[in-house]
Amino acid sequence: MQYTIRIKRYNPEVDVKPHFKEYTVEAEGNDRVLDALNMIKWNQDGTLTYRRSCAHGICGSDAMRINGRNRLACKVLMQELGKKITIEPLIGFKVIKDMVVDMEPFFNSYKSIKPYLITGDAPSSGERRQSPEDRERFDDTTKCILCASCTTACPITWTNEQFVGPAAIVNAHRFIFDSRDTGAGERLRILNQQSGVWRCRTVFNCTDACPRGIEVTRAIEEVKRSLLIEQVAY
Amino acid sequence: MAYHRFDAVIVGAGGAGLMAAIQLAGKANIAVVSKLYPPRSHTGAAQGGISAALGNTEEDHWQWHMFDTVKGGDYLVDQDAAEVLAREAIDAVLELEHMGLPFNRTPDGRIDQRRFGGHTRNFGEGPVRRACYAADRTGHMIIQTLYQQGIKHNVNFLDEHFLLDLLMSDDGSACGVVTMEIKTGEIHVIHAKTVLIASGGYGRVWKITSNALAGTGDGMAVAYRRGVPLMDMEFYQFHPTGLYKLGILLSEAARGEGGIVRNSEGEAFAARYAPTLKDLAPRDMMSRFIYQEVKEGRGIDGKDYVHMDLTHLPPEVIDAKLPDITDFARTYLGVEPKTELIPIQPTAHYAMGGVPTNIDAQVIRDEAGHVIPGLYAAGESACVSVHGANRLGTNSLVDLVVFGRRAGKHMLQAIQESELPPLPKDPEAFARAQVDALLTSTGGENIAELRAKMQEFMMDKVSVVRDNDGLISAKEDLAEVRRAYRHISLDDKGKVFNTDLLEAFELGCMIDCAEATIEGALARTESRGAHYRDDFQARDDANWLAHTMVYKGSGGLEMRKKPVVITEFQPKERKY
Ligand SMILES: Cc1cc2nc3c(=O)[nH]c(=O)nc-3n(C[C@H](O)[C@H](O)[C@H](O)COP(=O)(O)OP(=O)(O)OC[C@H]3O[C@@H](n4cnc5c(N)ncnc54)[C@H](O)[C@@H]3O)c2cc1C
Ligand code: SF4
Ligand code: FES
Repeated sequence: MQYTIRIKRYNPEVDVKPHFKEYTVEAEGNDRVLDALNMIKWNQDGTLTYRRSCAHGICGSDAMRINGRNRLACKVLMQELGKKITIEPLIGFKVIKDMVVDMEPFFNSYKSIKPYLITGDAPSSGERRQSPEDRERFDDTTKCILCASCTTACPITWTNEQFVGPAAIVNAHRFIFDSRDTGAGERLRILNQQSGVWRCRTVFNCTDACPRGIEVTRAIEEVKRSLLIEQVAY
Repeated sequence: MAYHRFDAVIVGAGGAGLMAAIQLAGKANIAVVSKLYPPRSHTGAAQGGISAALGNTEEDHWQWHMFDTVKGGDYLVDQDAAEVLAREAIDAVLELEHMGLPFNRTPDGRIDQRRFGGHTRNFGEGPVRRACYAADRTGHMIIQTLYQQGIKHNVNFLDEHFLLDLLMSDDGSACGVVTMEIKTGEIHVIHAKTVLIASGGYGRVWKITSNALAGTGDGMAVAYRRGVPLMDMEFYQFHPTGLYKLGILLSEAARGEGGIVRNSEGEAFAARYAPTLKDLAPRDMMSRFIYQEVKEGRGIDGKDYVHMDLTHLPPEVIDAKLPDITDFARTYLGVEPKTELIPIQPTAHYAMGGVPTNIDAQVIRDEAGHVIPGLYAAGESACVSVHGANRLGTNSLVDLVVFGRRAGKHMLQAIQESELPPLPKDPEAFARAQVDALLTSTGGENIAELRAKMQEFMMDKVSVVRDNDGLISAKEDLAEVRRAYRHISLDDKGKVFNTDLLEAFELGCMIDCAEATIEGALARTESRGAHYRDDFQARDDANWLAHTMVYKGSGGLEMRKKPVVITEFQPKERKY
């Protein structure tokens, strides 16, 4: 089937500002949008630029706006989209070239919430014990692939560069609710600040955007609730 | 050009590279160079598990794990290395848990374990639960956990830097790498006392593959161009259960949890070939069983695929233990695994071969085991050899953490004991010449077409079953692709994030990896593990109980043999 794909292009070496360019591709309904982008890049226009690696939704490279929604290009099939498709880079980050945006601020927010197990010494032999129920408690938020779909779907992030954003909170949740971790207080103090969880207005865009099906808003709510319960000081 | 100086430069931020980096962080001045952001590395795609004889759910011993590894590898495994792997796996998995890896748990809170192909109790008696796992996203949790530890230890990450060349000092020791910063196109010379190649595999050489688009063998090729040999490249694993046409992996965990592979007659045919382990026979064998079924006309609808049947598994087991892979079947094939059969075919999956090393991950330059000072390799781009002729499922992740860790430890020692070797004259010249050649060439050849052509004939002639005629013809086809490659024209000549250029460079790397693969496959006139020759169907220990080493000499390719290290287990016929 023939698809018309409008792509927002920007090459800082030649363009003054972004512009749309239209391509026509012959693709199957069960081809991925990433396959269509590859067809364009490989056969029509080698200058088209986007990140990609795994091609099956687990590396987090190719989040972009597809018909106005943040999706992974490798996880959306053409048949879901209709014959006219519009592709744009994620909103809220500086565009480097075409679909490639500057991910540094995103990774910096992630790093700011101390995304690693904080705890005392490991036992001298064997593993730390954790019951299946305690393990289940944070299962959902371990699935995050750091694709930035949630953060760049959030209207608060668009207007407030300081906001840590949903992805960072999801990853804080992953540790705060891990029974082995003792760093909840430190992380909650960070998230209680000006740019932390209280910026969230529960718009639910993040949950809709997450390609891993993580209940992002719920994770944020759980973090807010533990802040209220723990009454962490500023 | 930018110049940097470090104690160690690690190329690759997958499991192997990160594990090494964590050993060095805070103790030496290091940089981790990666063409992808670290958590995007293909280690994150690993699904099923990581083996260690913890014995958490039933009796197990590292000696059994060692035996299975040796037998699984069709006795081409170096047994001193297999011993290190099986012994240190236990400690390494516990270390991952201590770092925070969220393993699935047993009712009493220990790391849960499940079955995987080729892993047995008591030297082959029957399946054993040895694979530690986090649902079917074990690799995802490993890459996340190691990246998090890297952040915790302030590792210096040079993200989206692309390796172009390996630098060797005039005295023959490694002294750094040349990279391109993808965002700016700037060339960087990274001068270092030690270099670790941990750049992963090259599955993209084949048409149907489970590997990421980034799996193009860059590190192997770059070293090979500098005279470093590649070992056992003919042993490339085809995983039996890739999604039909797409190659996306359905983990062996599917069979570990009870999944059954069926032919067009609905027969669970593995039992006919491997009466003891049945569907849990090792991958090389399962792939050949499927090949044989298809050849004898029992592929589905007469085509080149069969079915994976999960319909008899309790739905809650599917949801709890195989959520991601069943989601792949739904998303990409529109198949509901709880009620429908999943079309599968063998998919190019894993390089047993690679840059040869000793058990401290030091790269060796010859069959006597002489090392190249300062140069290390670990993970899929290396060949220790713990996988021999066929890797067992879950043993790659073990390899990454065990030998990544050993690499880091040995590098630390080398850093303390050695001086920084001087750079060669014009260190960036070779890298720059290659990049310029790609940018200025105007012959009109298209890289995507050349790549597709190579992937096609590699699939036809250098996959599950091979023979002399096919390999000779593949060699000619490849020479043709290589000639055309010199006449490509790129659309993008810019500096900023030029992925057109990088794809072209990657194609060059794949051509080199394919070349070494074909060369090894032609030389090895026997069948062993993943290398099956229709014209030499038997294993030939008298002549071929040996590793192959291919060198890119100035006068053409050179092939040498390296003896296999045998300590405990004498070669026997491999039956399951
Ligand atoms: C789908 C799938 C499932 C698997 N499941 C399992 C399993 O259950 N158990 C198991 O044991 N094994 C499994 N494997 C195998 C295992 O995951 C891989 O062999 C292993 O993760 C490779 O790790 P690595 O660290 O060597 O390389 P990778 O994780 O592939 O990392 C390579 C790194 O090198 C970098 N790099 C590459 N080229 C360049 C360059 N030119 N310049 C700069 N950087 C570069 C990349 O950016 C990346 O950071 C699976 C493999 C696949 C494909
Ligand atoms: S929570 Fe979901 S959308 Fe957000 S970064 Fe993680 S995977 Fe992507
Ligand atoms: S390419 Fe990896 S998530 Fe799409």
